[in-house]
Amino acid sequence: MERIDKIKSAAEALACVVDGQSVMVGGFGMRGTPNTLIDALVANGARELTIISNDLGSPGIGLGKLLRNKQVKRLIGTYYTWNEEVVNAFQKGEIDVELVPQGTLAESIRAAGYGIPAYYALASAGTELGEGKETREFDGRTYVMERAIHADIALIQAYKADRIGNLVYCKTARNFNPPMAMGARYTVALVDEIVEPGELDPECVVTPHVFVQAIVKESAL
Amino acid sequence: MIPELSKDAVSNRIARNVAKIINATTDTCLVNLGIGIPSLVANFITNKNVYLHAENGIVGIGALATEEQAHPMLINAGRQPICEAPGCFYTDSTLSFGLIRGGHVDITVLGALEVDQDGNIANWIIPNGKQLGVGGAMDLVVGANEVIVAMGHTVKGKSRLLKTCTLPITGFAEVDVLVTEFAVFSFAGGSPELQDFAPDITLDELRSITEFSFAVSPSCGAMMV
Repeated sequence: MERIDKIKSAAEALACVVDGQSVMVGGFGMRGTPNTLIDALVANGARELTIISNDLGSPGIGLGKLLRNKQVKRLIGTYYTWNEEVVNAFQKGEIDVELVPQGTLAESIRAAGYGIPAYYALASAGTELGEGKETREFDGRTYVMERAIHADIALIQAYKADRIGNLVYCKTARNFNPPMAMGARYTVALVDEIVEPGELDPECVVTPHVFVQAIVKESAL
Repeated sequence: MIPELSKDAVSNRIARNVAKIINATTDTCLVNLGIGIPSLVANFITNKNVYLHAENGIVGIGALATEEQAHPMLINAGRQPICEAPGCFYTDSTLSFGLIRGGHVDITVLGALEVDQDGNIANWIIPNGKQLGVGGAMDLVVGANEVIVAMGHTVKGKSRLLKTCTLPITGFAEVDVLVTEFAVFSFAGGSPELQDFAPDITLDELRSITEFSFAVSPSCGAMMV
């Protein structure tokens, strides 16, 4: 049997996204954000989405486009101050926002990828962000129970892929991309360059190909 | 008279005094610097065993990058372009916060809105304001071995050093050292003890702009100004 071809156009890769799904999107402060895939998600038009990401870009930029296009129902993330349209939409009650400490967001996504349903964290215990969460004491300190965060789809950005989907990253553009690749059922990686299997040093692969279902080459480059 | 310092003078004075503490460490020291005044601390670090960490996934931050040096994929957690220090390495967000949660970050330097006499810190939100985010603040205050708060002493003439914090708390009894432009307090004994204060202010003046009560260390000296 021939090797499955994972290389797709952005539109093809995102054709399966439908209303109401949860989508993890990599990036931190506009580095490692898969902008071409976000554009394709805007074109796809799926609505009522739950977006799981560190931040939501800037107004009308990056993930900010999804909010302007009214595709967002709920956000799970850590820092929206960079996009005042999120703050406004939340205060008007137009979207739900669940703020999570950044390390908890990362670990909850990792937990999903590793098959761990829940774990305990010190961060947020006793604070407003820990309200309503189950707690347990270990060694005299109170921890909150955090559930794994899964998603239907992950949109990530990497520097280089081989044809079967092994990925390497570039500097601080790595951030949430590797755990998100593992935390979703279907992962699309936007990459600057695609090489043949065997060309990436196996010792240096960061995201193994088993977590990547579709590869989109950045065409603007 | 309590001196009126420019915003830059306040920031630089605080940063230099925080750096003095970090430069005095004798072992390998992993330090996370927060956004704002804490990021200035990097300018005053001279200790070669100090490695700077940013929660977006780098250990080994160099200087802030000039426009020519800036790499499109390299920023600190405050979105500023930075340079790599020799020996720098990158991580994903899970390992970056594993370093924090696992107690591998020795010192975190954070800005704050309020600190109270029990060492509680409020720095993540002003309700109904223009902010909506927590970032890594809650992870850092509980994970790092030592929490140094770098904060202006007053806001609009009112003390930010309070008996009880009024804003939502980021972490409870987590503050170890508080550095303002006028004073350095240690919370090692569970309540504030003055370690150093600025030579351009008297102890009575310091008390007049500080809401919480504090003890004075027998070895209390002068801050760097």
